[in-house]
Amino acid sequence: MAVMSNAVVTPRQYLHAQLRWHWIEVAFWLATLLPIIVTPKYLVLASQVAITALFALSLDLILGYAGIVSLGHAAFFGFGAYTAGIITKPWTMSLPLPGRDLEIDLPGWGEPLTGLLISALGAGLLGYLMSFIISRFRHLPLIMLTLGLGLLLYEVANKASWLTGGADGLQGIHVWPLLGTFHFDLYGYTSYPYALSVLFLLFLICRRLTNSPFGLSLRGIRENITRMRAVGAESRSHLRIVYTISAAIAGTAGAILTQTTETASLGVIEFQRSADVLVMLVLGGVGRLYGGLIGAIIFMVARDQFSGINPQFWYFPIGAMLIFVVLFLPNGILGGAERLMAAIRSRSS
Amino acid sequence: MLASVIGVLFDGFAYGMLLFLLAVGLSVTLGMMNFVNLAHCSFAMIGGYITVTLMSEAGWSFFASLPVAFMGAAVVSVVLERLLYRRLYRATDLDQSLLTIGIVFVSIATAAYIYGTAQLPVQLPGYLRGSYYEFGTTFGVYRLFLIGISLVISILLVITLEYTRFGAQVRAAVDNQRMARGLGIDVNSVFAITFALGCGLAGLGGALAIEMVGLDPNFAFAYLVYVLIVVSVGGLGSIGGTFTAAMLLGISDSAGKYYFPQFGAFLIYLVMIAILMWRPAGLFGRR
Amino acid sequence: MSTPVLATRGLDKRFGSLVVAKDIELALPKGVRYALIGPNGAGKTTLINLITGMLQPDVGQIFLGDEEITRLGPEQRVRRGLVRTFQINSLFPNLTALEAVTLAVCERRGNARVWWRPVVAYGDAVDEAHAILTTLLLAPVCHRRTRELAYGQQRLLEIALALATRPKVLLLDEPAAGVPRDESSELFSAINSLSQDITILFIEHDMNLVFKLASRIIVMVGGRILVEGTPDEISADPRVREVYLGGAHHG
Repeated sequence: MAVMSNAVVTPRQYLHAQLRWHWIEVAFWLATLLPIIVTPKYLVLASQVAITALFALSLDLILGYAGIVSLGHAAFFGFGAYTAGIITKPWTMSLPLPGRDLEIDLPGWGEPLTGLLISALGAGLLGYLMSFIISRFRHLPLIMLTLGLGLLLYEVANKASWLTGGADGLQGIHVWPLLGTFHFDLYGYTSYPYALSVLFLLFLICRRLTNSPFGLSLRGIRENITRMRAVGAESRSHLRIVYTISAAIAGTAGAILTQTTETASLGVIEFQRSADVLVMLVLGGVGRLYGGLIGAIIFMVARDQFSGINPQFWYFPIGAMLIFVVLFLPNGILGGAERLMAAIRSRSS
Repeated sequence: MLASVIGVLFDGFAYGMLLFLLAVGLSVTLGMMNFVNLAHCSFAMIGGYITVTLMSEAGWSFFASLPVAFMGAAVVSVVLERLLYRRLYRATDLDQSLLTIGIVFVSIATAAYIYGTAQLPVQLPGYLRGSYYEFGTTFGVYRLFLIGISLVISILLVITLEYTRFGAQVRAAVDNQRMARGLGIDVNSVFAITFALGCGLAGLGGALAIEMVGLDPNFAFAYLVYVLIVVSVGGLGSIGGTFTAAMLLGISDSAGKYYFPQFGAFLIYLVMIAILMWRPAGLFGRR
Repeated sequence: MSTPVLATRGLDKRFGSLVVAKDIELALPKGVRYALIGPNGAGKTTLINLITGMLQPDVGQIFLGDEEITRLGPEQRVRRGLVRTFQINSLFPNLTALEAVTLAVCERRGNARVWWRPVVAYGDAVDEAHAILTTLLLAPVCHRRTRELAYGQQRLLEIALALATRPKVLLLDEPAAGVPRDESSELFSAINSLSQDITILFIEHDMNLVFKLASRIIVMVGGRILVEGTPDEISADPRVREVYLGGAHHG
């Protein structure tokens, strides 16, 4: 963010300068186009990273900006993922009416963009309902409630196998080509641009949101919720709104995963997924929007490189790194980078 | 019909006592310092693996290994408290959660590396195996033993808390830390000792759990959820609350598995959510 | 005789056998600066908690102008212009001073829900925040994070946040608490220059500040109002002398 001296600049100009796109940001987004040109072999991994980055972004909204510690955010990712898969399949329902049973045939709807919208709205609705609970608690009860709600949804997905396929996963998902022409294939030629575009679009929305008065209020809630009450703020209402938006974005990420891989299984809604995204976000740095993106890139690429190793051993470096970050890099990699830049700047002036 | 009810209650009671042992340390230390220690079940796991190692490598008896499981877990907890936990007493919930999740990850990976990922069994002494048959129900001898030893420990805990000077200091520190310090109580030492005891008890619980629920590297996470449920439903800092919640959870789990197997753990989570919403500080918690 | 801006009648509060407020009668006309003094534990902060709604009285009524507000919640009282500051700073550590005050201004104006326009689009909110900071001599540091400010500046920011809500009645809980001597004159001139439209009741132990600022002093001891009067009357009152010099401690 550009910083100017206080003497010559009005407060409005100062705040305005913070809105401008830093060249590093522009470079970052240009760099995201590289996998298409330079490493097309890795497009599948790249689209996985983009999806996970979107998920981490959604968590940053509630954690970095509103201070809600959630151990169950995969509930929304998974809900979006399953919804996106379920609507592509044909369903037959029979309603018992007096006289005869009414048969309803729902055809599968595989159009990706509308499917994405439906999944996002569904996840958002679920988030809205849960937000009435979430907004009323802090600290340990809040952590436990998010954990409990996440586990609850996992159990539902596990047991309602008529709907979700249970432990075997959802079968028979068929997604139609994007915009009528681009097929989702095994190589990621469609998946990556699709995931990246959605990520960028939603990122722009999040950027707008965090720079708005609403974003400022959220930060106030994170910093000191008691003071918010003392200035007459309706914190609970703010929390409900951001939780709903975050859930919708998480659901969108899950939906993209289903659409690009044509699979949906319990892995999308399990606790491990909630824990992983939290780790990624903390690694990158909370409350900076880019933290989740950076964290996702590092985490997913590292995991891909070490994919030969037994997954349980993989958690050793992750755990060690988490301990390291908490003790020595409290604002993650981005926070550390910021401090480095500030130190360099002050040393040169 | 009655036989199955007695059976369910018995199994639930045994499971509940195990959960109590595992959870009581966490409840007291959370109530005292408000430190979110998600690595609590890693200490339980350490105790379990100590027992397994002593019995299979060094040929120790089950009983002899139990105190070592307790001490081992307590010692490790002291080391970790000195090195890591101490720095984060004033940190945010998030930081404490993340630090301790990191410890859990490391402990799971280490256990997997040393012991592999399969469940490890223990050879119980002959007199702990088998069961009695009364009232049309089977009463496992090991479960009876577990209940017995847990009751003894619970009584010891209550006696310590109510009738010793140390116990009074613990109660004061849980109740109002600032005032306790003002009264000259060295809260940091009290906490360190309580923490070690609590983790030691968890280690003992882990050792006792092997026969009942099995031991594998995932134990640290799998039982964390149950322990957290017990602690948050029972109320931080309350031994009575932890006991009640552990019984509730144990019996519900047992009943659920027997009467409603198609629901899985769904009911447990639903009940926890409902109770937390009604009483965020737990059934017996303060505030 | 116009209605007092803030009044309490017969306020009582007890915790078990501990009486923290007994029969408190207050009446503040518009624009005055009243000081509330007394030894530690006299119940001064409790009284502020009762008036702002953070505690509910057992008996008694509270009036803001003509309206009885005894049953209203704290946020509702804030919205009607009854605002307090805290004895121990309750600020937003990582927000800059300007951001913090702008936040309060936006909340008051009702823009806080807007997520699609940047904060700077509400230029007049930013300007208003900056103006408040200027009257409190914080303009030079307005882009610094709250936790990097000096303690005296943080106390001033505490007041700035309260001012952003456009209070009619301002309750200051020990504004000078912990402020070093060399910064307290800034604090004094800041409070002194506050608009006459605002009615102020402040708790203070710093007698210097009390005698310079207050037109009337209320003395509380053991949950009760011992005496109230002009600064001259109070400083001459033997009972007050006894309370303060006869073994009572000074905070």
